[in-house]
Amino acid sequence: MHAQRRSLPQPILQYVLLCAIALLCLFPFWWTVVTAISSEGNIFAFPPTFWPKSPSLENFAEVFRVIPMLSFLKNSVLITFLTVFWKLILCSLAAYPLARMQFRGRKLVFGLILATMVLPSEVNFLVNFITITKLSLVDTYTGVILPNVITAVSILLLKQAFEEVPQDLIDAARVDGASEWVIFWKIVLPLIGPWLATVGILSTVEAWNDYIWPFIVMSKPEKFPLSVGVLYLSGTYGSSTRVIAAGTVMTVLPMIAVFLGAQRFFMRGIDGAVK
Amino acid sequence: MKRALGHSWQAYLFLAPALILFAVFSFWPVGYGSYLAFTDYSLIKPAHWVGLDNFRYIFDNAMFVAGLKNSLLFLLIVPAIQVGAMALAVLVNNNLPGIRLFRAAFYVPVVTAISVVGIMWGFMFHEQGMLNYVLMQLRLVNQPVGWLSDDAIALFSVMFVTIWRGLGWYMVMYLAALQSVPAEMQEAAILDGANRWQRFWKITVPMLMPTIMVCTIMSVLAALKAYQEVLVLTQGGPLNATFTALYYAYDQGLKHLKLPRGLAASFVVSLCCIAIMLPCLRYFRPKHR
Repeated sequence: MHAQRRSLPQPILQYVLLCAIALLCLFPFWWTVVTAISSEGNIFAFPPTFWPKSPSLENFAEVFRVIPMLSFLKNSVLITFLTVFWKLILCSLAAYPLARMQFRGRKLVFGLILATMVLPSEVNFLVNFITITKLSLVDTYTGVILPNVITAVSILLLKQAFEEVPQDLIDAARVDGASEWVIFWKIVLPLIGPWLATVGILSTVEAWNDYIWPFIVMSKPEKFPLSVGVLYLSGTYGSSTRVIAAGTVMTVLPMIAVFLGAQRFFMRGIDGAVK
Repeated sequence: MKRALGHSWQAYLFLAPALILFAVFSFWPVGYGSYLAFTDYSLIKPAHWVGLDNFRYIFDNAMFVAGLKNSLLFLLIVPAIQVGAMALAVLVNNNLPGIRLFRAAFYVPVVTAISVVGIMWGFMFHEQGMLNYVLMQLRLVNQPVGWLSDDAIALFSVMFVTIWRGLGWYMVMYLAALQSVPAEMQEAAILDGANRWQRFWKITVPMLMPTIMVCTIMSVLAALKAYQEVLVLTQGGPLNATFTALYYAYDQGLKHLKLPRGLAASFVVSLCCIAIMLPCLRYFRPKHR
């Protein structure tokens, strides 16, 4: 029906527009990849290369030789895994009573959690740096992870998930004398798998990409995750642009893979956040 | 119900870890940070109340004042990013073959670490980089432009990167809203002879209004608080031309360890945000279920 009303050239015009914008979005990535896998010539020279010249993986091997790439990688994986693991547990624990239990002060607690979304949290890093210093957590994974394991958005998404579980199930378990802990752990949590996956995937990307906070907490280069390491690398080994490009590709590629593999979870997460 | 009410402590056991972490890392910074902004605190000695000294200092400081102006200038990206994202959402809301690929492509910058963004656009903006080459080939400029090294241009380059990163995120927000506009309304309007343009302004825009409000407010707050792009692209340079208010807070607080000055600067940014936020709070009230 729509197709009939549309005159012929319009889809073509739309594709031209779409391709132009896609080019703008993706070209910096393409050029970084070209730089990383080309082994010859100066990249900053006119005319520049749009296509890799004598492609090789030499620069990737070089990254591992000149900088502690392996420890960057290890730190990124550990920080991301631990953040996501604890976030899923602690945010589910917080979301369950908000969705399914009656208790005094419920509205107040919920209001406080919502309030954290409104606070200008980007300015918190200065006091959090003081707190982490006073707790002797500088240069520790715990210091990086702790402020990031609880977010209001995750709690809201999981609260919504718990609200979708049929009341009968919970009532039946309560009648059988099951404790709230058993209901939560054995009955309700296994039912919200897809929602846990959504929160897990969104937080994976967030934790892997986090730059400012690990940069503040970690003072030693061997403690840096990749996101901090690559920029540090571009400061210290400034001359070797191709090596930096290779490190950059290794930082960004896993998250693009996660995103492309799990697109529907991103849409679900945004739908939930909008509601 | 009665049994449940008698067991409030159970609910708080579930909530305890979350509430403690929120208290320490979300609420404490606001209270303690506001207090420290009025003291001469440093990590090694106890704090003394100094009244408005820190605020007098930063408002006499050319770098902070310029940074505050730049933060206000950053508000220019709000209309650009919102109109752009909405146009993009309308464009990808068609059922053209391959449209999912384009949606994904537009979202890729959103899942990219800010440090990676800084490196990639550092390459692009290089004087001998791709951007200058393309523009010179198209004869739009005669000689290489110092995108990040010319103090008259650098801030706009940083703003451009902010738009580049944010577009996909807002696009998905608008797309979700567009897809909840009932198709019957559009079809009824078509039967009434409304053209595309009329349908967009009379149906789509009013239906999108709540999303437009929320996105615009979020975008305004994000613009006032911008500093990460500055950190990864220019570090405030050249000639301090790309300082923003919050970058000044970072620079003073963590680079020079003048925490009270940094906190005073972030206090000013927070006040601006709260002043904008308060009248808009009702748009954020969650719907009752």
